[in-house]
Amino acid sequence: MKVLVVDDEPNILLSLEFLMKKQGYQVFIARNGQEALDTAFNEKPQVIILDIMMPDVDGYEVCQRIKKEKTLSNTKIIFLTAKTKEADIQKGYDAGADFYMTKPFSTRELMKKIQEYQN
Amino acid sequence: MAVSVLILISFGYLLLLFVIAQWAENSARKGRSLINNGWVYALSLTVYCTAWTYYGSVGHATRFGIDFLAIYIGPTLAAPLFWLVIRKMIRICKTQHITNLADFISTRYGKNIELGVLVTLLCLLGILPYIAIQLKAISVSFNILQEKSPSTNTFFLYDTSFYITLGLALFTILFGTRKVDVTERHEGIVAAIAFEAVIKLVAFCAVGIFVCWGAFDTMTEIFEKANQHKELQKLFLMNDYVAGRWFYLCSLSMLAIMLLPRQFQVTVVENVSEKHINKAIWLFPLYLLIINLFVLPIAFGGKILLGDTVDPDTFVLSVPLYLDQKFLAVIAYIGGFSAASSMLIVSTIALSVMVSNNLITPLFVKTGFFQTQDKKSWQKILIYSRRISIIFILYLAYLYFVLVASRFSLVSIGLISFVAVAQFAPSILLGIYWKGGNRVGAIAGMLLGFIVWFYTLVVPTIVEAGFLPQALLKEGFAGLVWLKPTQLFGLNGLDPLSQAFFWSMLFNFGAYMIASFWVEENAQEHNQAEIFVNIYQYSTSYESVVVWKGSAFIPDIISLMNNFLGEIRTQKALKVFAQKYQSNFDPHKMTTDPQFINYAERLLAGSLGAVSARMMIASVVREEQITKAEVVNILKQSQKLIKLNTELEKTSKALQNANAKLKKMDKLKDDFISTITHELRTPITSIKAFSEILVDNTDLEEDEQQHFLHTIIRETNRMERLISQVLDLEKLQSGNASLHFSCFNIHMLIKDCLDTLKQIVKEKNIQIDLITIEETTILEADYDRITQVMLNLLYNAIKFCNEQNGIIKIITTPNQHNQLEISVIDNGKGIDPQYHEVIFHKFYQAENQQFKKPKGSGLGLAICKQIIESHQGKIWVENLPENLTKFSFLLPLQQKMTE
Repeated sequence: MKVLVVDDEPNILLSLEFLMKKQGYQVFIARNGQEALDTAFNEKPQVIILDIMMPDVDGYEVCQRIKKEKTLSNTKIIFLTAKTKEADIQKGYDAGADFYMTKPFSTRELMKKIQEYQN
Repeated sequence: MAVSVLILISFGYLLLLFVIAQWAENSARKGRSLINNGWVYALSLTVYCTAWTYYGSVGHATRFGIDFLAIYIGPTLAAPLFWLVIRKMIRICKTQHITNLADFISTRYGKNIELGVLVTLLCLLGILPYIAIQLKAISVSFNILQEKSPSTNTFFLYDTSFYITLGLALFTILFGTRKVDVTERHEGIVAAIAFEAVIKLVAFCAVGIFVCWGAFDTMTEIFEKANQHKELQKLFLMNDYVAGRWFYLCSLSMLAIMLLPRQFQVTVVENVSEKHINKAIWLFPLYLLIINLFVLPIAFGGKILLGDTVDPDTFVLSVPLYLDQKFLAVIAYIGGFSAASSMLIVSTIALSVMVSNNLITPLFVKTGFFQTQDKKSWQKILIYSRRISIIFILYLAYLYFVLVASRFSLVSIGLISFVAVAQFAPSILLGIYWKGGNRVGAIAGMLLGFIVWFYTLVVPTIVEAGFLPQALLKEGFAGLVWLKPTQLFGLNGLDPLSQAFFWSMLFNFGAYMIASFWVEENAQEHNQAEIFVNIYQYSTSYESVVVWKGSAFIPDIISLMNNFLGEIRTQKALKVFAQKYQSNFDPHKMTTDPQFINYAERLLAGSLGAVSARMMIASVVREEQITKAEVVNILKQSQKLIKLNTELEKTSKALQNANAKLKKMDKLKDDFISTITHELRTPITSIKAFSEILVDNTDLEEDEQQHFLHTIIRETNRMERLISQVLDLEKLQSGNASLHFSCFNIHMLIKDCLDTLKQIVKEKNIQIDLITIEETTILEADYDRITQVMLNLLYNAIKFCNEQNGIIKIITTPNQHNQLEISVIDNGKGIDPQYHEVIFHKFYQAENQQFKKPKGSGLGLAICKQIIESHQGKIWVENLPENLTKFSFLLPLQQKMTE
């Protein structure tokens, strides 16, 4: 299974990459919104783990654009972000997210969710 | 030219005025007022320029040279005063619903009926001849175009000017008495007047241009020829006699521009907004300048061409005719007609309102005439009394023209009118600035002034007309030389007009002052004096500062309002009253409330005039006598109230500001906290993730395990740094951080910092240049704090400088103010100047959180700023050419040592 991880914090990328590889997933990494869109369109991952606050295109927009793309209709998007306000969460789901997780997050819970999507 | 064509043109022009006025009225009804702008306002003021200006100036100039100019210089000098005087008069009239000069004066002196009557009669006496000469101008110009000599004994039914007068009366009645409430502006009339202002200016300039460049080759030619003309030659010289006259004429016209009834009408009563005065202040004098440009060329040109064959007062027409320019002559005729008719219309309206408000209505009220009529017709009675006044005034003027005016020049009669209205100056101009003037002073001053005016200016004209013996002029009254009208009391240094102005004003002013000091004012007068003089304070609270005591049955007052204002307006007015003053106002009760009585009286004053409104109200209420002490007391209270109100306003504004500031600070605090927690979240996220990985994966390889553990430690350090920075900033901001001052060499400090950073500088391959002016520069400061600042700036420079070939320069330069400037320059991307201020703000990143994930805590520069400022220094950033960014800070130098 292909998983795309989008974040601009190196340590978080490192930990997520380790977790995915350990499960035997194929991991792709993007450090900003544009990179995330490019990789998503090229690789068509099943799951995308997406941060919201990024320097160029923000997570909400990335999510909306992917959800509009027909070839990516099977892709699940999980927001993983430090934005914890109720309004932000609502905005995330409005943008078309499948799941919203706030940082700091539980690695176990995240992995469980991904496994759900794999089946 | 055929009479029929001329009649057609005259009535065609009159018809055009009707159309324009009707159009303006219609627009106003649709809510688009044509006259609600400064241009129309300024143009309407030029009703000052009458046939006197149009025809008379030229004639006058042939006899007295530039003497004609004086009466335009006066208004030009007075124009800047409009902002003070006219604005105050407008405010007074709007507040009290005053609609004419006589009401203005009688209201100021306690709504005194005798004063109203006196002013009205004097206005009639002074202005009627002036109106008559406008009729004369129309009639003469008509005859000239017909090219026949005026037959002296025409029966009035064959006299065209009689029909033109009728036409103007119709126009004035139609657009001047449409509404009962005169405070509602005459949109149609003002629009027509503004239109006429343009016509007369264009027509006069057309004639002027023709004379200069058609009849002659250039304007210079006219003056050269005039210089050789034995009569005109003399006019180029000014003698002492003329200089004295100029002073008096300027002063006289300064007063006239504010006090002539027609000027009062257009500047004060018809004014829509006080703002429009601003435009009039420059536009009106400009108009006067332009309309006077061609007076001398036409006068001299006419004299050279026509000699003494025609009356110079008619040059504007006869020069084009002489040169066979029929079309131009017609244009000139229309221009003259517009100048005369605008004055006629406005003066007649102003006088008719005066006559109806101060003579007819009070008479009706006193004799109980209203009570004998059906109440529904009261409004109609008012309108008809005004219409009858219009006809009466124009008829009198016509009569005066036929019997007397034809014997005098335009200018002489105009100036006599000016001196007449100047007699209102003490009562009005002193009255709005000095509370001491009273009713007796006003009456005495005006009466004396008018007697002198009549004796020195009117009597000589009567003598000249042959109604009185010539001896009166030559030997004085009853043979007493000191009573010679033209040289009263032996004053012989002045021309007749100047001496008349001088004596009448002296007597008027003297009597006003003496009587005002001598006689004590009554309560009502005191009340109005206070309101007039301090109108800007009272204009919003007028109803509560007019003192009234008594009781009234509200339905009585309302029925009075219904009868004079109509039911629709009354209902509207009651609603406004309830909204503005008393939300619990009950229209069925007894009341002793002065606020309502004053409100009703003020509204009635707009229709009936101040005096009659007062009497009408008094007839339906039970009024008690008030004493001056009561008035003084209530005014004092309201003064206090006004003062308290302004203080309250100030305080509440200050509170609002403080509240807004608090709210802003609160928001900043919220933002700060959310930034901090967000900043803490990032390292905690990593720590939690790696800890869980370590717990769940016991089979990790040694070096991987080590790597994860080190990451956890690094992230912990990051959190610790952040927390201590927050605490540090808080300490610095609250002033709890004590600085430990010591003397040290700044270059040693910089070298220490560079030592600390040696490792990353080497890693990033950055070139560092240290440029110093003096090797040893001693500062007295907190060594650790300055190190903190220096390190922060260097860290930033390293972080942002060019990745390929990073260069950082450190420069220290002492300046003249015994300060040292320390700068750190990097060759990074530069910083957009709009952020130069805010990057020192601790919340900068918080404000931009949506767009950019913060790098670093966002507190470093804020801390630097705090540190430098607590050293009485300054820190800033600027961009240098070639994408260099320069951060600098200034510190005071303790001493300079040179080894």
